[in-house]
Amino acid sequence: MRHLLSTGDLTRDEAVLILDTAKELAQVGERSVKKLPTLRGRTVVNLFYEDSTRTRISFEAAAKRMSADVINFSARGSSVAKGESLKDTALTLQAMGADGVVIRHSASGAARRLADWVDGAVVNAGDGTHEHPTQALLDAFTMRERMGRLEDLRVAVVGDIRHSRVARSNVLLLNTLGAEVTLVAPPTLLPVSVGTWPCSVSYDLDEVLPKSDVVMMLRVQAERMNASFFPSAREYSRRYGLDADRFARMAEHAIVMHPGPMIRGMEISAEVADSPRSTVVEQVTNGVSVRMAVLYLLLGGAMQTTGNQGETR
Amino acid sequence: MTDTKRYLIRDTRVLGGERTDILLGSGRIEQIGADLPADGAEVVDAAGAIALPGLVDLHTHLREPGREDAETVATGSRSAAMGGYTAVFAMANTDPVADTAGVVEQVWRLGRDAGYCDVHPVGAVTVGLGGRQLAELGAMADSPARVRVFSDDGMCVSDALLMRRALEYVKAFGGVVAQHAQEPRLTEGAQMNEGVVSDRLGLAGWPAVAEEAIIARDCLLAEHVGSRLHVCHVSTRGSVQIIRWAKSRGCDVTAEVTPHHLLLTDELAESYDPVYKVNPPLRTAEDVEALREGLADGTIDIVATDHAPHPSEAKETEWGQAAMGMLGLETALSVVQHTMVDTGRLDWAGVARRMSATPARIGRVTDQGRPVAVGEPANITLYDPTATRVVDPSAMASKSRNSPYVGMTLPGRVLATFLRGVPTVLDGKIQ
Ligand SMILES: [Zn+2]
Repeated sequence: MRHLLSTGDLTRDEAVLILDTAKELAQVGERSVKKLPTLRGRTVVNLFYEDSTRTRISFEAAAKRMSADVINFSARGSSVAKGESLKDTALTLQAMGADGVVIRHSASGAARRLADWVDGAVVNAGDGTHEHPTQALLDAFTMRERMGRLEDLRVAVVGDIRHSRVARSNVLLLNTLGAEVTLVAPPTLLPVSVGTWPCSVSYDLDEVLPKSDVVMMLRVQAERMNASFFPSAREYSRRYGLDADRFARMAEHAIVMHPGPMIRGMEISAEVADSPRSTVVEQVTNGVSVRMAVLYLLLGGAMQTTGNQGETR
Repeated sequence: MTDTKRYLIRDTRVLGGERTDILLGSGRIEQIGADLPADGAEVVDAAGAIALPGLVDLHTHLREPGREDAETVATGSRSAAMGGYTAVFAMANTDPVADTAGVVEQVWRLGRDAGYCDVHPVGAVTVGLGGRQLAELGAMADSPARVRVFSDDGMCVSDALLMRRALEYVKAFGGVVAQHAQEPRLTEGAQMNEGVVSDRLGLAGWPAVAEEAIIARDCLLAEHVGSRLHVCHVSTRGSVQIIRWAKSRGCDVTAEVTPHHLLLTDELAESYDPVYKVNPPLRTAEDVEALREGLADGTIDIVATDHAPHPSEAKETEWGQAAMGMLGLETALSVVQHTMVDTGRLDWAGVARRMSATPARIGRVTDQGRPVAVGEPANITLYDPTATRVVDPSAMASKSRNSPYVGMTLPGRVLATFLRGVPTVLDGKIQ
């Protein structure tokens, strides 16, 4: 594994290795001194063409906890805004000797293109409507922590599947890891070829909900409504929103996930979002551990961490 | 543009027939026969090569005026000659748009001055390709460029009433409307063929039905008003079926397919390399099969290149930002050989019809697309189908390099191209 561009590129063993490594590294976060020398001398560039403070901070924290040098390169106000191409930027990063580049970009495939142009490891931190692999990994990590397993876990992913890089990455990864995914959305928000995807599909949330161990709610953007993907926010909310009534019909052990930021009211009600069965906050915490694991494995840091290396599952 | 110099093409085959020699003089084919005496003519050794009528491309983008950094009329027509073409139709989506007699005359003159092939400007159907108001089609038809093909290519004439009017109006001067069939609302933001691959890559889809719906509509309109319709770059199986059906009803419709749609599929987008980004997009293997079948059985009348040069900065970028289009002139014949001749679907006479005679007829050009026969204009392409080559961008005559075939091994090589008896390419080199 040289880059992390798509969860579809991960074998089962590689995915499990990332999750196990994250588990070990997570213990660092519980120490009072949250710092390891693992990536000392390595340079990680956060190349963000799209604003996402949450994701950038998460990657930055992950890299710094392992003592890497971090350069934040925001497209806003930079030479990029003046029209410098991605390729020119890639050549600059190359010249700076970046060992790893974390890229967030509004164009699908931007991470893949960058990987063609730089020597360092490229981590896709979200490219257009394509993928967001570390989000899927932290979701899987969170599910495994909560539920104790991923095999045969029944996961419902609800909302704008068609435009969601999170959904795409999750379907591929969860399938690799043995979970059963059901996508739930109005037909307009499902990919046209969803029948070929390794998952089930339903238009009916009420039917899927009681059979699910995990319910992952996705962000629905207001512009989708304007483009007639569904008639109104009210109708969407009635048919696909997770309110208290629906929440009550979920299995007792089932959890609710959301990649954030949430639109409370429309896609998820406040009481559901704040319930102990919601993992929203843990997802953020786990995000740092998973990103540490990814950077560690890609940049080939020296494992001298917790003494807990033998742990496998 | 004739030459007093005479050329004797030694040892060729006309459309793959018997071995023969061809003597060219005064812009015409003077003699065809075995062992003709050189008699002062310059001898061109064509052993192994076949003599095809000079190719005619009904769909070329020359970019001048406006984007001379990508291509000019001169470089584009050189590129055409290298590919064996003796005439090209230059699409109207230049800057300014070729929507007036002035612009089409300018393009026509630039082509004549360059002298590598006949350049026939295509006139825009609507002012500025805006799709709102008919351009002065008659003025363009009456200009020295004698425009007969009208197209908003790059844009679809999506307004049904305007399309009807255009089809009706060009009847006055024997024109044809060449439609770029793309329902605009169904393809907003589209980046590639809508299907399994676009879903996997997270790129917005361009559904086949957006092409098919317009073609079906236009065929019915053309039938209703009794006009000629030409469908540009057909790319889907459904489009082939619709055109077959329309022809069976007696609709006067012709259609073209590009070499790249005969060979390449949307799977190539997996690399996110925008060299494969084109409009209409590369489709699936089933579409490719249907297009080959449609071209073989005559449902699709011609091969047209949709040669679309772009500078490297327009392609060495993210897929979503990249320009659509690929080069085609210098590889078209090889790709047609590879996909249609070497697979046994077409013989060389069939290729000559689809790449020379029929495009000339659709474009109402009388001195191109003629058979290789005594007394005919000496527009001839000598092509060696037994040669193979690895496509090398540095050897291309186009100003741009956005060819999807770079590094691919393709069959065949254009040895020489004669335009009215004058070689524009000789021994594979531009003259
Ligand atoms: Zn077009």
